Amino acid sequence: MIDAEGVVKRFGPRTILRGIDIRVETGETLVIIGGSGCGKSTFLKCVIGLHHPDSGKIVVDGVNVADLKTEREIADYRRKFGYLFQEGALFDSMTVWENITFGLRYLTDIPTGKYRKIASDCLALVGLKDVEDFKPSELSGGMKKRVALARAIAAQPSYILYDEPTTGLDPIMTDVIADLILDLQKQLKVTAIAVTHDMKAAYKVASRIAMFHEGKVLQVAHPEIIKISENPYVRQFVDGKSEGPIKMKLKEFEAEGASNHVAKKS
Amino acid sequence: MSGAIHAFGKLILEGAEETGQFSFLVRSTFGWMTSYRIEWRQTLIQMVRVGVESLPVTAMTAFFTGMVLALQTGASSKHFFNEPLFVGTVVAFSLVMELAPVMTAIVVAGRAGAAIAAELGTMKVTEQIDALYTLGTDPIRYLVIPRFIAFMLVLPLLTVASDFTGIFGGYLVAHAKYQIPATVYWHDITNNMEIRHFVHGFLKTFVFAAVVSLVSCFKGVTTRGGAEGVGKATTAAVVISMVLILVLDYFATAVLNAFGIT
Ligand SMILES: Nc1ncnc2c1ncn2[C@@H]1O[C@H](COP(=O)(O)OP(=O)(O)OP(=O)(O)O)[C@@H](O)[C@H]1O
Ligand SMILES: [Mg+2]
Repeated sequence: MIDAEGVVKRFGPRTILRGIDIRVETGETLVIIGGSGCGKSTFLKCVIGLHHPDSGKIVVDGVNVADLKTEREIADYRRKFGYLFQEGALFDSMTVWENITFGLRYLTDIPTGKYRKIASDCLALVGLKDVEDFKPSELSGGMKKRVALARAIAAQPSYILYDEPTTGLDPIMTDVIADLILDLQKQLKVTAIAVTHDMKAAYKVASRIAMFHEGKVLQVAHPEIIKISENPYVRQFVDGKSEGPIKMKLKEFEAEGASNHVAKKS
Repeated sequence: MSGAIHAFGKLILEGAEETGQFSFLVRSTFGWMTSYRIEWRQTLIQMVRVGVESLPVTAMTAFFTGMVLALQTGASSKHFFNEPLFVGTVVAFSLVMELAPVMTAIVVAGRAGAAIAAELGTMKVTEQIDALYTLGTDPIRYLVIPRFIAFMLVLPLLTVASDFTGIFGGYLVAHAKYQIPATVYWHDITNNMEIRHFVHGFLKTFVFAAVVSLVSCFKGVTTRGGAEGVGKATTAAVVISMVLILVLDYFATAVLNAFGIT
């Protein structure tokens, strides 16, 4: 169980997270949605310990992340997690299979002889084959994403944090990945947080959906409830409308510019 | 005026913060080295890279340094004494105690140090260092310590190679230009030089190795802001390393002299 209470995160003068309260029950997949730049990736990084919240706390299985001190404790904590980076973050000096099995040396005690087989198995799960010996620079964007996903699940973690697992994939592949996330949850009882902009995939994999807006959680609910949400912000987001309470910066700017323009003319 | 004070204060603060972060890196490097398994495979890869990459350049630098030393010494002693005296002595002393350690370290900072800062900087801005962390590896253990150890082992060897190529370069000039026979040149060296002179230069290379590797790694892992940031980090790594080599050379010499290793 991941329990976040009042998580606040600042970067310099800017406050990105303004008190996130969220609880992810063991075995469920929580999907986080929300506008670009609202701090979804930042929240995931706080959970795994790459960022340290300025206040509030994150407790995983009764352990407060901020209390992890010794290298041993931190290593044990990380062992629980798989993390898919938004940009993949593949090691570009290593081949695909070395990337996928990199964590096994540190996170598991699987003998090295089995690594290649594991790499192929994980690649098959994400719909790739015969790319084991490629370098990341030789892959397409969607392939990189899937290799990164394969790397995140290779050590069979009990928690997986997916940062936009389906962005940049074609519709069929998106569905394959959504199925994979569901399978991991159903069969391996993985507890997961997935950030996505893809509402179709979100409805498919989510046990619950949380909407972030301006550093706070606007609503957390079952997908069916989100679908019929009364909240105007959530409504606008899930329907993907440009008109509504969420003003995109660009729109404001355009509107202002246009009215000035009109004003000058008249 | 207040703008200038503000800027100055900011500079001091940033400097202090960087120094703090740097000492944290140094502390963790030694901490990890004593308490955890060392990545020997990575260390070996780095040793080959630093060594093989740098050897041709450091050797050539030393070769020509030795040659110019011989040329200058021969010319001035000819001017004062009408014959070239102690060419071997001057060449060997200058090289072994000062020039070979310093020049080798500077060349290695320019080649391997820059490469390290650029590589780690790119890894940092593309989140590969964060990825290491999520995959159960400490970036200091996986990236910094192997490079540190590689430098500590390879730079002294490169310096010894420089000692020999430099002395050989000096001999070629002494022989061709001033007709000094090999036996005289060699006697000039062995009659005056003792093992402690060699040790003096040799010990200093460890200081340089530590400085270049740690500064380059530090600049790499603290890189911010895309391709431009990587460029800045690389430049900073090389410039800071070079300046520190020259500054610390003075202090290291002073300390060694105080211990009588001169
Ligand atoms: N390391 C950092 N330093 C400074 N600011 C940061 C850093 N990381 C993120 N930010 C800022 O925090 C805000 C939230 O970033 P984050 O990556 O969490 O957004 P996001 O919700 O994941 O957006 P997207 O959907 O586009 O991925 C952004 O405004 C970004 O500029
Ligand atoms: Mg993001």
